[in-house]
Amino acid sequence: MIVASPKSITEIGEIIQKHDRVLFAGCGTCVTVCLAGGEREVGITAYAVRMARRLKGRPIEIEQQTLERQCENEFIKDLAPAVERNEAVLSFACGAGVQALAERFPAKPVYAALDTQFLGILEEQAVWTEKCMSCGRCMLAQFGGVCPVTRCAKRLLNGPCGGSTEEHCEVSPDRPCAWQLIYKRLKAIGQLDRLDAIVAPKDWQTAWHGGARKIVRQEHRV
Amino acid sequence: MSASQTGPAAAAKAAWKPEIIAFCCNYCAYAAADLAGARRMQYPPNVRIVHSPCTGKIEMEHILDAFEKGIDGVLVAGCLEGGCHFLEGNLRAKRRIEKVRQVLDEIGIGGERLRMVNLSAAMAPTFVERVREMVETVTRLGPNPLRAAAAREGAGSR
Repeated sequence: MIVASPKSITEIGEIIQKHDRVLFAGCGTCVTVCLAGGEREVGITAYAVRMARRLKGRPIEIEQQTLERQCENEFIKDLAPAVERNEAVLSFACGAGVQALAERFPAKPVYAALDTQFLGILEEQAVWTEKCMSCGRCMLAQFGGVCPVTRCAKRLLNGPCGGSTEEHCEVSPDRPCAWQLIYKRLKAIGQLDRLDAIVAPKDWQTAWHGGARKIVRQEHRV
Repeated sequence: MSASQTGPAAAAKAAWKPEIIAFCCNYCAYAAADLAGARRMQYPPNVRIVHSPCTGKIEMEHILDAFEKGIDGVLVAGCLEGGCHFLEGNLRAKRRIEKVRQVLDEIGIGGERLRMVNLSAAMAPTFVERVREMVETVTRLGPNPLRAAAAREGAGSR
């Protein structure tokens, strides 16, 4: 799941300060689950922004609509009438959703209300951790399902560094050492022999370092 | 005495009485308020009680909506910590209230206008005391600044 966090009311106020009629567009998928950009968060932010603007002597009209998914045209088209009625759109989607709206409505300003953070999972209520950095060539099979590329601060592929202590990363004591987790996991599934293999330096060409990536799956093209 | 202290604005301010909403949990504060009434205990009439099944049921939107509509203060009264009928509704409410206070501070309404208190159903005197404290706090802070904004908007549209 894509995990995002909300921008402050102050920052949002600055972003839309030029406009007096704005559509707040929520997204019903990842950012709803991570409690950052769903219908409810849109509503709470709208209350705060409306009050802040009235106190500044420049009231704002806010229309609210939450789509099932902002990253697909099939869903975005439902937003068109509301976009037409407003001066600008404040999107509560991830960066992909914001850009999808901007492409779909080229003549309308589209702003981001969230800071998109990472691909992660819910550890416990309201706690999310990063698990995948979308490097484009998954090596999880070799590491027992624990990703050192994402979860080791040094991205080491052949064992832990000398800084890990008490199962924790030296970068932050509240972060587990990915290599400790890999060892435990491989031991639990009887695959410690995987650690005998030397892992070659990672080929980063598939990661974003070469610019934005694109995937074409011919078998599904129409 | 300056003109600003003697004009219609000063008179309006002097006549102003704070309006406060108290969201009261069914299992404690609401019963405490009831008990205060049964014992003929006096407390300021500025408070309107909203009966809630649990403070954990009070959403941030409810409080923000009250402030946007011009209420001067909000009191959220829940069970003593550890005594929630639903185990942890009041603890969840506590975190939400703290967040709303931050938002109110950030936008200029003032987080002091929102307060959460904890008491039991038997603590009628405490309920009365907390209500009085809230009325004093809000009286000191003055009207919800959105009231002045609404007056400006009204004057501008005439």
